Amino acid sequence: MPDAPSPDVLVLNGIDKSFGTNRVLRDISLSLPAGSVTVLMGANGAGKSTLVKILSGVHPRDAGEVSLDGKAFAARSPLQARSAGVVTVHQSIDDGVVPDLDVAANLVLEELAAGDGGLWYRRSHARRRAQAIAERMGLSFDLSRPVRELALADRQMVAIARAMAAEPRVLILDEPTSSLSSREAERLFTLVERLRDDGVSILYISHRLSDIERLADRIIALRDGRVSGTFENKPLDTAAALEAMLGRVVSDSGVRSDPRDVSEHAQAGELCLEGLQLRPDATAFDARFQRGEVIAIAGLVGSGKGALAETLFGLRRPVLGTLRLGSEPYAPRSPAEAIARGVFLSPRDRASNAVVPAFDIARNISLPFTARNARAGFIDRGSETRAATALIERLGIVCRTPEDGIGTLSGGNQQKVMVGRWLSQPCRVLVLDEPFQGVDIQARRDIAARLRKEAAKRITLVLVSELDEAFDVADRILVMANHTIVGEHVNGDIDRPRLLEQIATPTPTQPSRDAA
Amino acid sequence: MIHLAIRFGFIALLVGLVVFFSLAADGFAGPHSAVFIFQSVAITGILALGVTCTLVVDGFDLSIGAVATSALMLSSYVMVVWEGGAATAIVACLLMGALVGLANGLLIVRMRVPDLLATLGMMFLLIGLQRIPTEGRSIATGMTLPDGRVAEGTFSPLFLALGRHRFDLVIERLLPVSVVVLIVIAILVWVFLEYTRHGRLMYAIGSNERASRLAGVAVDRYKILAYMISGVLASVGGMLMAARLGRGDIASGNNLLLDAVAAALIGYAVLGAARPNAFGTAMGALFVGILLQGLTMMNAPYYTQDFVKGAVLVLALMFTFSLSARRDATG
Repeated sequence: MPDAPSPDVLVLNGIDKSFGTNRVLRDISLSLPAGSVTVLMGANGAGKSTLVKILSGVHPRDAGEVSLDGKAFAARSPLQARSAGVVTVHQSIDDGVVPDLDVAANLVLEELAAGDGGLWYRRSHARRRAQAIAERMGLSFDLSRPVRELALADRQMVAIARAMAAEPRVLILDEPTSSLSSREAERLFTLVERLRDDGVSILYISHRLSDIERLADRIIALRDGRVSGTFENKPLDTAAALEAMLGRVVSDSGVRSDPRDVSEHAQAGELCLEGLQLRPDATAFDARFQRGEVIAIAGLVGSGKGALAETLFGLRRPVLGTLRLGSEPYAPRSPAEAIARGVFLSPRDRASNAVVPAFDIARNISLPFTARNARAGFIDRGSETRAATALIERLGIVCRTPEDGIGTLSGGNQQKVMVGRWLSQPCRVLVLDEPFQGVDIQARRDIAARLRKEAAKRITLVLVSELDEAFDVADRILVMANHTIVGEHVNGDIDRPRLLEQIATPTPTQPSRDAA
Repeated sequence: MIHLAIRFGFIALLVGLVVFFSLAADGFAGPHSAVFIFQSVAITGILALGVTCTLVVDGFDLSIGAVATSALMLSSYVMVVWEGGAATAIVACLLMGALVGLANGLLIVRMRVPDLLATLGMMFLLIGLQRIPTEGRSIATGMTLPDGRVAEGTFSPLFLALGRHRFDLVIERLLPVSVVVLIVIAILVWVFLEYTRHGRLMYAIGSNERASRLAGVAVDRYKILAYMISGVLASVGGMLMAARLGRGDIASGNNLLLDAVAAALIGYAVLGAARPNAFGTAMGALFVGILLQGLTMMNAPYYTQDFVKGAVLVLALMFTFSLSARRDATG
């Protein structure tokens, strides 16, 4: 504990939140002291965004209490949260600015919305107020320019400046540096420090270790909807925090009980990446995958995992380098072509990328393979239903019939259907992007066990951001950072600190702008 | 209970309406009256089936009315001014419909113009375009052309038969061609959407375009296809109208777009589908036809027609969206 504990501004006690059957937050208790920066760390799906949304009044909580300066706090809308003194800058910048208004109007938008100024928009008055805010924040650009003409980073600065102008008690910054250059980030850090010295309590969400080391007074790690670690003693142990966020490094779940001896020599169905460069500023890399292998690709958000998956599935072209599938070159130009060549991708975020809500289970499963379930263009409903029934049994999907609407299933079962879709037909390479995200532990185990069981038939690439998941399923773990492979580990013989260090490889140049 | 209401409420209403009018209006129940109803909704129904295809891919085609009137003018122009035959006129119209659909599809898919705006633009373009060759006048044999010539051509009898011939069905000369065309097209579109893999994929696109793309579906191609079907069917409707009128009447077809869209939207409510579907669209068109015919026979004035149609549409939409939302909530 710090020597002189400052009074806690915001205290959370036993916060629970579920979406449907999916428990996103479980019994979260934490406090934010005045005049300090608390960094919140967590992998994808750990519940960070949900927590932020509860504090900022976007979602109501299911259970638990929040108090602000000792008084109960339950914002039912972002406006309420804001006026109570809890101000949030969301990760998506365009939530924070109105692109068609000029910078000055954006900076004083709250005053405009409050309507105290009467009927007329007094340009000179607004300009003066905005000028004052801009000066305090060190913004140097023309206040009469429409925000849409500004660069992404400048827009982000406007959004942050606006939040700070509200003179908050608690300021929540959700990955504020993800689109800022290092110089701009430095300006932001100065501002954050000034606010901290003024006694504002700051909750700072970030993946970037450099930010964390620069700013954090305390670190709270979130994993699986729970607080998995609180670090307050100086110097802060960022390695331990990273481990708390990513999960234990020794597996005991027992799914991967059959470590396989993968022979060195080439087999049929081999996938080779040669001199692959995913981005103009990224280092090229090689990789070879054998049939029968399960390979986990671990990395933080923005490490390039997604770009690799998209390249394999024909959604993007590599900058340089070639792919080979077996003995033939492989350069898919569309998902359809990738599927025809036997390379399947189960995408992340099933709700927007995979589920067809209007369809039942059977139709969802057969979606990529209608041609194989049809005769002369007419769907063979019988063969489709039989395939679905078989798959429901194989994966233990809990439902009444294959004709159940997909929306009637729980999140975990929906995910089984989405993964099962790609298991329903033979393939050479199966890429699964975050297959365990937003899935309960039982479904996670079931899916992992099924992937292991059928591993001999194909190359299985599993993209994960939590290490537990990697240890559960993989023979090998490749670590990605900065759009290249920075490490390789054989499961069962892992140099723990080295793996964590590789995951946290710092960004060398300009920070990435896409969170692919 | 609520499931039954959603599933069969609309059909029950339709049956109730038929029973009511049969009792209340003399001469409503009978083959000739029934055929008249079908004939009155044939063209609207064909257009509505086209717009249904675009609704299935989560699109919208506002240009169908204009395509139909363009086909009306084009077929007249081909026969009256160019003195072409029925086959030439039909091929020209179908081609025009397909091309307009292709243009709509490309605007939407390639140029990323929102569907409503693209087809609205196309609608204006066509309404204007069809008036240019005749300087805004209707087309009929003996008319004076802009260059001073007199149009000598006539509508081919074969083409006119499309609008005037009646097939025998138990009763002699009962079934007009337009009704047969409507029924055939309705069955084709229904089978295509419900039973072929192409229809299936179009529904997938309408429900989640991204997921469909990531499942390897050729999203762009199917969207273009939907607009082409819509364009072709609209041109069929326009030809039937030309065949019935026997002249290229510039003022015809004002209500086509709204009526067709209403029929397709009313179709959402049929059998609790809560989605665009060919059977529902046909039923929706028929429902409006029955209601108007019944009311007319009970001496309701003509100017109340649009009000009645509007009321039916609003009711059907309420029925579809509120009841299905409640069904989804109760599992």
